[in-house]
Amino acid sequence: MASLQHSPAIKDAKVLMVGAGGIGCELLKTLALSGFQDIHIIDMDTIEVSNLNRQFLFRQSHVGQSKAKVARDAVLKFRPHISITPYHANVKDPSFNVDFFKQFNVVLNGLDNLDARRHVNRLCLAADVPLVESGTTGFLGQVTVHVKGKTECYECQPKPAPKSYPVCTITSTPSKFVHCIVWAKDLLFAKLFGDKNQDNDLNVRSGDVASSSEHADDAFEQRKDEDVEHYRRRIYDHVFAHNIEVALSNEETWKNRNKPRPIYSKDVLSDKLSQQNGTVDGSSATDNLPSLSAMTSLGLKNPQDVWNLMENSRVFLEALKLFLVNRKKEVGNLTFDKDDQLAVEFVTAAANIRAASFGIPLHSLFEAKGIAGNIVHAVATTNAIVAGLIVIEAIKVLEKNTDAYRMTYCLEHPSRKMLLMPVEPFEPNKSCYVCFKTPLTLEINTRRSKLRDFVEKIVKAKLGMSYPLIMVGHALLYEFGDDLDEDMVKNYSANLEKVKSLLCVSKRFLKGQLVSFLFPLFFWKKALMMMIWSFSHFYYFQVLSELPSPVMGGTILQVEDLQQEFTCNISVKHREEFDEEKEPDEMVLSGLTEAPSMAKDDNHSIGNGGSTSNALSADITEAKTDVEVEEISDGTEYIHSGKKRKLPEVSQATKDVSDDETRNHKNVEKLDDEDDDIVMLDHPDVDNQKKQRLQ
Amino acid sequence: MNSRILQPNMRPLTSPNFTGFSNVIRFVLSLFATGARLRIFRFTSFLSNSIELKVVSAQLTSVRAFDFSIFSSLSFFVRFPAINHYLYRLGLNMDGEELTEQETALYDRQIRVWGADAQRRLSKSHILVCGMKGTVAEFCKNIVLAGVGSVTLVDDRVVTEEALSANFLIPPDESVYGGRTVAEICGDSLREFNPMVSVSVQKGDISSFGGDFFDKFNVVVISCCSAGTKKLINDKCRKLSKRVAFYTVDCRDSCGEIFVDLQSYKYSKKKLGETVECEIQYPRLEDAISVPWKVLPKKVSKLYFAMRVIESFEEAEGRKAGEITIGDLPALLKLRKEICETQSLNESHVPSILLERLVMGAREFPPACAVIGGILGQEVIKAISGKGDPLKNFFFFDAMDGKGIIEDISNEPPNK
Repeated sequence: MASLQHSPAIKDAKVLMVGAGGIGCELLKTLALSGFQDIHIIDMDTIEVSNLNRQFLFRQSHVGQSKAKVARDAVLKFRPHISITPYHANVKDPSFNVDFFKQFNVVLNGLDNLDARRHVNRLCLAADVPLVESGTTGFLGQVTVHVKGKTECYECQPKPAPKSYPVCTITSTPSKFVHCIVWAKDLLFAKLFGDKNQDNDLNVRSGDVASSSEHADDAFEQRKDEDVEHYRRRIYDHVFAHNIEVALSNEETWKNRNKPRPIYSKDVLSDKLSQQNGTVDGSSATDNLPSLSAMTSLGLKNPQDVWNLMENSRVFLEALKLFLVNRKKEVGNLTFDKDDQLAVEFVTAAANIRAASFGIPLHSLFEAKGIAGNIVHAVATTNAIVAGLIVIEAIKVLEKNTDAYRMTYCLEHPSRKMLLMPVEPFEPNKSCYVCFKTPLTLEINTRRSKLRDFVEKIVKAKLGMSYPLIMVGHALLYEFGDDLDEDMVKNYSANLEKVKSLLCVSKRFLKGQLVSFLFPLFFWKKALMMMIWSFSHFYYFQVLSELPSPVMGGTILQVEDLQQEFTCNISVKHREEFDEEKEPDEMVLSGLTEAPSMAKDDNHSIGNGGSTSNALSADITEAKTDVEVEEISDGTEYIHSGKKRKLPEVSQATKDVSDDETRNHKNVEKLDDEDDDIVMLDHPDVDNQKKQRLQ
Repeated sequence: MNSRILQPNMRPLTSPNFTGFSNVIRFVLSLFATGARLRIFRFTSFLSNSIELKVVSAQLTSVRAFDFSIFSSLSFFVRFPAINHYLYRLGLNMDGEELTEQETALYDRQIRVWGADAQRRLSKSHILVCGMKGTVAEFCKNIVLAGVGSVTLVDDRVVTEEALSANFLIPPDESVYGGRTVAEICGDSLREFNPMVSVSVQKGDISSFGGDFFDKFNVVVISCCSAGTKKLINDKCRKLSKRVAFYTVDCRDSCGEIFVDLQSYKYSKKKLGETVECEIQYPRLEDAISVPWKVLPKKVSKLYFAMRVIESFEEAEGRKAGEITIGDLPALLKLRKEICETQSLNESHVPSILLERLVMGAREFPPACAVIGGILGQEVIKAISGKGDPLKNFFFFDAMDGKGIIEDISNEPPNK
């Protein structure tokens, strides 16, 4: 096999790598050593310090530069005569369309999120290019091969739903540190520094929500004559004392729970101390944003230390002040970012103070950052192994050695003497809506849900489309606004008069936008675009059944993503009532190859094995019974649980044996008395039936 | 109080600013006065005796303002258990083994895998590596990135095209070689991967080094050596008073083999939420490979037998490791027949086609190097950190079937 280095299959191959991170660096090195001559890499990221422990092509001096470009230069040092083309861009960028993908013989994924993986999967299907997919967490890893028509596609297997927590638990009755983190990150941080117009459940749920909510909302506004010092103290007392007092007033809640303790800033910090803080701030006011840190200005060094209540309170107030004074411009449109030191400090401190109030053990910044940023454990060795396995599969794909394709799992604990376990790939899943175009069913209240709800919660969130187009028969219902071309503009201009009349009707609705319709007399083309924008947006907020082409029970919606060249049909079923707790979206999409039950998935996250932060695999079974807050879903180097479930050691560890697991067990036993070299899987049809039953 | 501080192997503390007992008593009293809770951290940099004390968290700013020299005088007390205990009761954390800020930032993602404790142990470990081929280059990269204390390379070869083939540590630019050895050139590349790891080169013939040389290391990894040399070094490591983890690794074509000898290895693992103490006994390399073939389980990897046949051939012919070509195949097949007869094993367990592959591919297959170097890296990290089940005692990987198999080949009782 070593002689393969000079085989034409490798030499002439044109390879696309998506991702130049942990797996990507290793992969690029192994590809270059193996004799590949034409490699293209896409990665939108820049290098960070925490990458350097495993992304060995990068050095301290490269921090801040494009991963794709630096990786190329580093590999050219030991293999100068090969061609490496870097793209510092998002793979979801429209320029990476089906035609772009068609030029490659194989696509190799080293990605860290579900969204991009699905996107690449669809493009590979549309372009009919084989895909080798990979993922790692800690010591676990997997490599799979997806060849259209021969093996399953990436979306044939169920995917886990993002972890979510009941709103009540987060807002009123946290029992674990992770609840406090979610509260601090998704509610408090978003409320103080994020988009003010976003829905926010920050207020405590008490008997008289209506009356208290108005008061509460006022509390977060900085009054005109109020200085920062007073404001931050008031916020502190409001969220850590007032809100707790309000919650305590509801006796019912605390019958079977430990009562929380309201924490007032004056009890924790003496006035003198906070004055001292103030003077420290003055000197630390610089324009150098990345170095802004409450820890630095307070002289706290070790992120592994657990701060006490007073330290947390000081960090909280300091961070709040730094945001309000030094990063004033950003306040109002900030979102939590794990690489934003000040944001992490703020969230850590806020979560710890809340934890103290509820008698939950406090955590260090290091731990809190891991939970809040959903940081995935990563080590160089697993990435190196997975990269080696990817190249082995890629070579098989290029040689069209179909029978030899394998999915390979890297295990932490050996299973049947194996640390690396190859498994024969599955055949395509006939109920897969992506590669088999199986129609989906959507239950929705067409008289209440708006087009926006459908686009945001179903098309974008569940179907993973970036540039969607929605049709009913031949009528266009919605199109992603970015890329309206000239023809469409003409089309729409015919409707211009109609828009104007609509505007009159909906003056109140369009309020602010109206102004922008006046000056365009001078820039009429731009104006036209704007009108079209508000035109489509007018419908965007319309109830489904009142659209020009009404969507009702029995309607078939055709949803298409132009970039992914992926279409799917959704048949609509009207339903009046939804269970507020279980179906907060008021929509139920079925037919999706999604994990059957959330609670089960969470149990499976023990697949993370030796992880030190077990809060990540926090047990959140309460989720079944309550409304859910969407939680931690960004950036994970990710092994989807459908696959994890096949790992025997996982199935042994879980009593909750699903169909998949029993199937797997069978395989395992079967093989013990066979002399065969590979794990044989049940007939895929049986497999599919089982999956259907699960749904 | 952490007992590690009192261990005899601790380097002498430098306390130039220790100016007398009264100073310290004043300090201790002031601690009482302020009621501060201090944590003091010691940073020792490898190969130097300098010790720096740093107050990482002090509850009151006034305490932070203390003269630095007073803190360094405190280190003097660390050696006296009684005072240690006294300080402990005062709430002083003298566990001077914390990671620096820089280390925490760099190793963030892996600390999340194996914990800060394991990371500290890694940063104090010293590793000897012999035979810089592709697989070993991969291994070195992995442990340097992981942040071990030091790596010492042994390989006196000069760079040839063959040495280049799967080794990304050697740039294909003859101008930089300048008569230097493979180990020296690889060392230069490795140093760049992680400035916190000390990389050095040892010249000379590994088989001539004495026990005191190996005593400097926690882990010894041998590659590209004859079976005889491997056994010799294994025995030298065994004779030392401290435990030195011994590994051999070799990759031929797209197949690879790892051998592990951790002597007597104790570790704790979590099983269903409970922590269980485990102990594994490992055989020496010589004892492992002299286990009669017929007592081995039927399904032992064919690679094990094939590697032993090739080893015997190279030894009998007086060749260096890897010095075998396709022309030797007939002689090799003859040897296989003889060995199988003496071991009363059916020749089908050592397929000709496998031997042919191993003999043909003198060069390593880079993806296989990545896989085997990765597994070996993981095993070495496990052994140093004490986290996770180490494998016992052979590992085989073949890119053809994709299996990575652990084989326990020993007469010792199986895992307790």
